[in-house]
Amino acid sequence: MKRNGHEQDESPEFRVDRREFLISTLAIGAAVASPPKAFAEKAADALGPETTPTPVSLVKIQLHVNGAAHELTVDSRTTLLDLLREKLLLTGAKKGCDHGQCGACTVLVNGRRVNSCLTLAVQNQGRQITTIEGLANGETLHPMQEAFLEHDAFQCGFCTPGQILSAVSLDGEGCGASDAEIRECMSGNLCRCGAYRNIVQAVQSARKGALL
Amino acid sequence: MMPFRFTPATQEENALKACSEPGAPRYVAGGTGLLDLMKLHVETPDHLVDVQNLPLGKIERQGQKIWVGAAVKNSDMATDPLIEKNFPLVSKALLSGASPQLRNLATLAGNLLQRTRCSYFRDTAWSCNKRKPGSGCPALEGQNRMHAVLGGSRHCIATHASDLCVALSALDARVKVLGNGGERWIEFADFHRLPGDTPHVETSLAPGELVLGVEIPVTDWFRHSTYVKVRDRASYAFALASAAVALQVESGVISNARIAFGGLGTVPWRAREAELFLAGQKPGERAARAAARIALTDTQPRKQNSFKIALAEETLVRAVLELGRPA
Repeated sequence: MKRNGHEQDESPEFRVDRREFLISTLAIGAAVASPPKAFAEKAADALGPETTPTPVSLVKIQLHVNGAAHELTVDSRTTLLDLLREKLLLTGAKKGCDHGQCGACTVLVNGRRVNSCLTLAVQNQGRQITTIEGLANGETLHPMQEAFLEHDAFQCGFCTPGQILSAVSLDGEGCGASDAEIRECMSGNLCRCGAYRNIVQAVQSARKGALL
Repeated sequence: MMPFRFTPATQEENALKACSEPGAPRYVAGGTGLLDLMKLHVETPDHLVDVQNLPLGKIERQGQKIWVGAAVKNSDMATDPLIEKNFPLVSKALLSGASPQLRNLATLAGNLLQRTRCSYFRDTAWSCNKRKPGSGCPALEGQNRMHAVLGGSRHCIATHASDLCVALSALDARVKVLGNGGERWIEFADFHRLPGDTPHVETSLAPGELVLGVEIPVTDWFRHSTYVKVRDRASYAFALASAAVALQVESGVISNARIAFGGLGTVPWRAREAELFLAGQKPGERAARAAARIALTDTQPRKQNSFKIALAEETLVRAVLELGRPA
């Protein structure tokens, strides 16, 4: 994956620590105002003992996304969501709150829905990831996607990929059939447009269709 | 997030060793709590030791106990037949917490160790005695609607956020941990620490100690139990007040009771005196109200959260009435 090349440009020569920076900038000031250079060093000392910043850590990982195997080198901090969006350019999973509160980033990991913003890419080694891009069968939409279209279950569409991936998980989780139970099972996916009524209808119709 | 090293651990001993290295190492499993706080710079570990793949993923019966491994996901624990059958209050508490997506990531040990949702704790622009000991607690005179009315100190009134821990405290569970000196058990009542003068010390775990799992005693009447949670919206919110209750009812009279409250305390709040009071009473509204008043005698409400006391009473009444109904 050539696209990831830039991740590895953490060459040490580009790093300037705050001590060096302070000394060099104050030294420039000293050249103008002529205080002794020792002043700059004294100011740097006032910052306290220098701590070495933890270097960026790069990790090689393998995972399967929508059936395709990927081998990537990522910063250990990369969340699964950022890997999907920024590295694999699968922008269906959305970054809403980035704190697990809105559900817009919902994807399936080994068939179970999770908030991809709160799991590290490196913690998903070898796992099967399904995003909204991988839900349709070629040109044929998943019945839940069809149902969302049919019931106009969205307005702006930002939460929709997460809503649909949550909705396809309900049968496997044993979610009940009533509207109230669907609302409870879908409570991890917020919709700021307030399309909840139509979302429940879409989920009901897709699940009933699946039982036929 | 600050940069960190990442070490996947496959055995408990390796995890322990990695987490004993110098620096600021932390265990990570589901990550739902830790990553959230790392993004806010509230948590700044320089080394994450991944313990999700340790062989700690089992739920099994061991004699008169049920063992739940530290890495068991909240969703799996909630729907496990052993848990559902023997401890309905545990199952209900789990299903009332977070969202299905989060429960698919979050683990038992992570739930035990989750940090408070206090908004001052979560925002590094504010002082906070948990984050920076001695810096002060703005919640005392600030926005404290969600804060604790039980177990607070002049240094901290942050509420313990877990639902599961409330249920486990009612059942006298025990936590098994592994440290450099070997394994040991911690009684659930001793696991979470009151803030006192040291609100930054939240549990009785020693540095680097690893939670291996929890053991819950099996008692017939624990099957007659429930968890009632009241919150600002119908789902996916932290408790304003919650009650975990188990009752042994014989010939229409309570012979044994377990009660713990959530949303009220700085730690999961077991109400032992109220339990003793309920023994010998009929499982009705009058007894439940009297028990609640005993449990809530020593509350210390702040400006915005005194409503929690009345709410807790109603919550306990609802739980007792639910269990008092003829089956």
